[in-house]
Order: sequence, then structure tokens, then C-alpha cells
Amino acid sequence: MVIKVSELPEEEMILPGTRLCSGCGIQLAYRWALKALGPKTIITNPASCSTVCGGVGGYTPLKVPAFYCCFETVAANAAGAAAALKAKGQDKDVVVLAWAGDGGTYDIGIQGLSGASERGDNFIFACVNNQAYMNTGIQRSGATPYGATTTTTPILGKQQLNKNMRKIMEAHGLSYIAQTAASHPRDIYEKFKKAREFNGKGVRYIEILGTCPPGWGFPTDQSVHMARLAVETGYWPLLERIEGKLIISQPSKRYLDKSKRKDIREFLKGQSRFRHLKEEDIKIWENYIDAQWDEIREELHKQGDI
Amino acid sequence: MPERKVLTGNHAAAYACKSVGVEVVAAYPITPQSPVVEKISEFVESGELPNTQFVTVESEQSAISAVVAASQMGARVFTASSANGLAYMYEILCWAAGSRLPLVMCIATRALGAPWSVWTDHQDAFSVRDVGFIQQFVESNQEAYDTVLMSYRVAEDPRVYLPAFVSYDGYILSHTMMSVQIEDDDKVREFLPPLKPHIHLTDFENVHSVNPVTPPGLTVRPEGNTPGYYEFRYSMQKAHEYAIEVIEEVAKEFETKFGRAYGNGIYKPYKADDAEVLIFAVGSVASESRGVVDTLRDEGIKIGLISLKLYRPFPIQHLRKAFNKAKLVVVFDRDVGYGMEGILAAELKSALYAADHRPIIRGFIVGLGGRDITADQLINGVKKAIEEQDNREVQLDTHVDFIGLQLNELGFKKEEI
Repeated sequence: MVIKVSELPEEEMILPGTRLCSGCGIQLAYRWALKALGPKTIITNPASCSTVCGGVGGYTPLKVPAFYCCFETVAANAAGAAAALKAKGQDKDVVVLAWAGDGGTYDIGIQGLSGASERGDNFIFACVNNQAYMNTGIQRSGATPYGATTTTTPILGKQQLNKNMRKIMEAHGLSYIAQTAASHPRDIYEKFKKAREFNGKGVRYIEILGTCPPGWGFPTDQSVHMARLAVETGYWPLLERIEGKLIISQPSKRYLDKSKRKDIREFLKGQSRFRHLKEEDIKIWENYIDAQWDEIREELHKQGDI
Repeated sequence: MPERKVLTGNHAAAYACKSVGVEVVAAYPITPQSPVVEKISEFVESGELPNTQFVTVESEQSAISAVVAASQMGARVFTASSANGLAYMYEILCWAAGSRLPLVMCIATRALGAPWSVWTDHQDAFSVRDVGFIQQFVESNQEAYDTVLMSYRVAEDPRVYLPAFVSYDGYILSHTMMSVQIEDDDKVREFLPPLKPHIHLTDFENVHSVNPVTPPGLTVRPEGNTPGYYEFRYSMQKAHEYAIEVIEEVAKEFETKFGRAYGNGIYKPYKADDAEVLIFAVGSVASESRGVVDTLRDEGIKIGLISLKLYRPFPIQHLRKAFNKAKLVVVFDRDVGYGMEGILAAELKSALYAADHRPIIRGFIVGLGGRDITADQLINGVKKAIEEQDNREVQLDTHVDFIGLQLNELGFKKEEI
């Protein structure tokens, strides 16, 4: 699916007045995801940065219905909402969007998400991954990458790699899985459109890299740039898995060729959370990226795509 | 046509869900609640409940979350649990009540671990006292069926909009067969019309957000001021206060329509009119006490029973009236407020503190973890309380009596106890 810029809808589903930080990558992603899903969307949102996007004290910038829930319950909430829509015969017209952070997906929310995925409950689950518990003050999460300092890994930085959530979701055999980034609005738009088209085919999982100026430690005008670097270094491939088949999205295709990838140092050096990394830590990052692409290449080869 | 069936308490609750036409059920198995959701699954798969969605969730926490969400879509919903499963729901129970959702939930009561137990007591139901639900106890499977029907009416009343628990004793009711009249669907529909939800997120003409971050103070804006958390919570307390009247009204209407009554819907008196001694209890303990009242009446003791049906809101005014003549109240708690005393005993004392007439209130703990409660135990408790009633020291003692312990058989010496 290729959508021309001129075909993108002008109507905004998020009005001015959110409480998110300036330069927030999540807000960009939220805006484009909702443009793709349109007004017949019901959002459920657990504790996360996006909760404050929804406004405080009775006024909300969201133009679609939303209900807020406990940290670990977003997938079960979405499952219940989807069941109610089915009972009322509204499941074709209305889409349920579970919009969670990485903590609410990788960590405290994984049980509910796994259960709903296995049952094939009918909703879109979006994980806006800003790689730590940002809303509570930048604590380490299962999504925090190797070496990053957070307020709970304050000196040494995280000593473990992040959990591979995409593989966990792939193991559930979902109809649609995608990975996108806040720097690529058209990619976000297209992927949410596609997830919408898979209505009735269980949980559709989309993970978005959501850049975070205060959490990652870069100036607020660098948010798009940072997410773009994550893609251009090959660290964050934009991809889809449709009915089991792996597809590398257009912007990431060229990074199958290692020589086209930018040096990961460009991504790391711009962020204060990685300031302390030594050469051997950077080697771990490089190996992580290489191994990721080796696996992708191998699978594409098996599929007969390269 | 109404139909008479022989059902367990769990199946009576499942039939109640069928009668009220629940739209979404989500539940997770736990002993002794499991058969209620098994039966509902059977109704759904056999096509007897064609418009009901059953979400076979992977935990109790997800069960209550799913029905909380479905309720916000304007659906009539149901779930059930017991003991540790109920405890696992705790966070979302608060959410359900804070969201003012008219959901109904059954508790097949069971002792909370540790140590492991699957048998009945009331600790689980009382441990969720302050989440904001209406809480009721029943004594028979018919009462379980009827109370689920009435609970939807109460919960969905605009003066109330609160979720409700219906608690029945694990095994004693949940797994025991009794005769239950299942009412005709059309007649139930007259009594309980389809839900007119006040929170209805699928209404796209009126887009709303539910439960956004709510600050301590009012939000003051030119478009209008919105309440702070404090005002929302005040409205919950007021809803509880209004609920008592609504529950009485609904119980009266139920009696007119179906011919069955459970006292005034608040409590069930038994031989209480001329009683000088009154037993106060809920659920299985209250039913056991009925026989005890008869036995002691034969011995010439003017005794009766107040079986409490409505535990939250706590019907203070009703209880002041119910106990306005008795000299002595003997409270049997199948629960403990650890470090204090039986929960019902403590609450009754609090309710009667400012009453014109204040009877002596003597509490005992009985039957924790499914320990059999015999008539003899209750009779001994009543007699002990009668003997002690003039002994002010005993009344003020902080020592809490557990009836039916078998410490001697375990080789404990008296001074060690």
C-alpha cells in the first residue's frame, strides 16, 4: 500500500492542548495512527505518557472516545470492549485501539496481551516504545536497550539487552505485526490503515519507536532526527509480518546492505543516556544490529524474496 | 412459564445471568466458583444465549478488566470469582466502582490463602469491603438467583450506578442442589428492562473520555468547571446512601411481581419480634443459626436472628431499629478483622454506638476455612454470652473467642493457648 501525501487526511483527531513534553515522539505517532483509523475508533489507554496526552480534569484533546485503565489491563480492556461491540453488532464499523507504552506491553501488560493474542480478540494493540518508564521518571523497562542509563540504572547503564517483544508476538501467530517509527508518518499511517483492514482477524500488533527528549537526553528539536537515525543505522528496521510473511518496509529495504547503514555511533552519541558507553559496549550494539539483519536476510531468503 | 429446577448455587447464578440477558461475561476458573462460568459457557455454545459474548480470559484481573471495559461500551456484564481470585481483582474492583459501572458479580465465598484452603468462610468477601461495591450475602440458591436479578435493577438505577456483589457460601451453596424457580424471560424483562447505560463510549454523537487524570481540585475553565477526585468520591458515598432506599423499593417490587421476599431486602429477621437475645450473622452462619433459634426457644430463651443481607451500604438506621429492644446481641463472624475482632461485630458496635438503645454486643469467630459450624457451637456461644452479659470486664476484654478450635487434640496445654 502506497499512499500519496496528497491523500492523507487533513482532519486531526488530536486537537492542540495535550500535556505531553515538547518534542515528544509519541504525540507524532498518536496523531498519524488516529488519522489512519478515523473517527470510529475507541481507545483504551493504561498508565503511560499517553495518559497525560488525554488531558487532565474533564477536558480532552482527543476527538475519539477513550477510556483509561490500570497499567496491566489494557489488552483485557480492549478484549472486553471488542466483545461488547460484537454483542451489539458494531464490530465491523468500530475499531478498538489499545495504546500502551513499553512498560504496559513488555512488562506489566504482557500477560493480558498474550492472553488476548492467543484468543484472537479483535483489536489493534499499539506499543509506543520510548524504551523506559518515562512517565514515572525514566526508570528501566524490559524495552530499555543495552547500556542506557535510566533512573534505576543510573551509573552503569542497563547491563542486559532489551526483550525481543516482536518475536514474542510473532510466536503468537498474529495476522498482522508491524514495526514503525515516529520519524516516518506515512509509514505509521499505512500500517495502521492495514491493521484496520485486518479487522476480525484477532489482535494486530504495531510497535512504534517513540523518541523521548528528556528520557533519552537530546534537544527537543531532534526527536524526528533521532528516530530517523534509529532507522538509518539499521537499529530499528521498519517491517511487517503479514499472515506470517516477513516484509521489509520501503524505507528500510536498503539497509539489508550493511554498507548502506549509518554508523550506530551517530545514533548513540546524540543522547546523554549513552554518553558513558565504551568501545566494547558499542561492539555489543553493532553485533545486535548485525545479528538482527542476518536473521532478516535468512528469512527473506527462505521466503524466496532475495 | 416459570420453571422449577434443582440447581447448585453456582448454576442458579448462571441461570440468573441467562434470565437477565447478559451481553458480555468474562471469567477465570477458581474453586468453588468455576461451575458458574462453565454453565454460562454452555449456554453460549449451545445457542441458548445467542447475544452473549464469553471472553475466556487468562486471569481474574483480566476477567474484571474485560467486563469493566464492556460495561463502558454500554453492555450488561457479569463475572464471578472466589478468594485469591477476588484478591487478584482488587485493583480493578476499585476501578469498576470509581467508574460507577452497573456490573454484577458473584462471589462463591472461600477462605483466603495462606495456608491453602478451598473451603468457605467470609474473609474474601469482607476483604473487599472498601472498594465501593454494593455487597450482599444470601442463604439459599433461590435467594442467589433472585438477588442477581434484583442487583441489576439496583446497580442500573440512576440514583445508584454502583457495581454489586452477590456472595454465596462456597460448597455450602455453590455445590449444593436446591429447588430453584427460574422465572419467565418476558416477566424478568418487565422487571428489568434493557440497560440504558450512562457511560456509553460507542455513542459517537457524544464523544467522551472516561477516567482521565483527575486532579485534587476543580478544573476551572470558561466552558465550565469540572469536579476534582474529591467530588467524584463524595458522589460515590452519596450513591451508597441512596442505594438503601432503592434496594428496599426493588425488593418490594420483586415481591409483588414474583412473590418472594427476603426480609425487607436489607435484613431477614427470624423470630425477632419479642427476642431479648438476637443472633447477628450472614450467609451460611445465619442459616445454621435458624435451627439454633428454634432449639433455644424450646429451652425457654427468648431468642431470634437478624440475618444481614445487605452489608454495603451498611444499613445503620435499619439495624438500630432491628436491635432497639434486644438486651444482648451475639455476633457470629466467619471472618476476622485481624488484630481487632470479627468484622461484623466491630461494625455493628460502630453502628449502634449512637443509638438510643445500645444492647450488649458479644462477638465470636466460627468456622474459618470451612471448619464445620455445628449447632452446638452456636448454642455454646449464645449461652456463654448470656452468662457473661452482666460481666463488664468480659465485654471490654480484647481477647477474641474462636469457637470450635481443637487445640487440646493438638496437645497444647491450657496455659499455652
